[in-house]
Amino acid sequence: MNLESIPLQAFLIVSSALFCIGIWGLLNSRNAVRVLMSIELMLNAVNINLMAFSSYIDNNLIQGQVFTIFVITVAAAEAAVGLAILLSLYRNRVTVDMESFNLLKW
Amino acid sequence: MSIAITTQFICFTVLSLVVIIGALGVVLLESIVYSAFLLGGVFMSVAGLYLLLNASFVAAAQVLVYVGAVNVLIIFAIMLVNKKEDLKPINDIKSRRVISTSICFTLLSLLIRVDLTNVWSLSSPQNSIGEESTIRIGEHLFSDYLLPFEVASVLLLMAMIGAIVLARRDVMSKDISTGLPVDQELIEKSSEPLLTNKN
Repeated sequence: MNLESIPLQAFLIVSSALFCIGIWGLLNSRNAVRVLMSIELMLNAVNINLMAFSSYIDNNLIQGQVFTIFVITVAAAEAAVGLAILLSLYRNRVTVDMESFNLLKW
Repeated sequence: MSIAITTQFICFTVLSLVVIIGALGVVLLESIVYSAFLLGGVFMSVAGLYLLLNASFVAAAQVLVYVGAVNVLIIFAIMLVNKKEDLKPINDIKSRRVISTSICFTLLSLLIRVDLTNVWSLSSPQNSIGEESTIRIGEHLFSDYLLPFEVASVLLLMAMIGAIVLARRDVMSKDISTGLPVDQELIEKSSEPLLTNKN
């Protein structure tokens, strides 16, 4: 194999796999903390995608990297608020089982 | 970056294997503490992938924000809510697992098909700006992305205040009727779950 650099598709496949693992964890976790971790995994997959495109397609105006910075900022805010919500949920219901948070279920 | 191509391939293979296996461990492992530490490993490897893409600033931001802040926050949350509890069995868990796994595999195959069949219009890698990217990001943040930059600061402030408001205990230091100081331990123990599980 004689390539001059790592193909873009390799990065895209890694990020696709990471995103799907995140979705699987989001759908199947019983623990609310693990749901938050799965969301972080999905955000990281999106970031890998943005960075790969920024490096391979737009490597003069690296706008993808700026987008990644903003995504990291929003992810940090999301993690803080999500864990605060989790703490107050735990205080009210004394569990972190996702199946017991069914107040909005019809 | 001027690493030999073989080294780049080895680094990429190792990093992506760590990312995928670590992510599988995060969602599949029984112990949530192991999951949290594996998540830190996944974040570090993603930072390594960013380094392979000539983005040293974003890699540093990834390590600082994700490993240094988000992961520590998650570990603190695990310590605060860590209680051994027997989860109630769900009766249709099998069909749920089957459906969600098939959905994930379908989505994965679709994404990989798009990745491999689409013709990406790649620019030539020779004019990569490399280490200049930090300067370029700074220019972007203070010219055409100035408004999102400022809005992000407002967002962080709102998230900080919101997290404090949500996570604090509304406990009064004095009893309203008697004026005596309140035993905080008693309040902690007597607090009933507000929303009891009805079924």
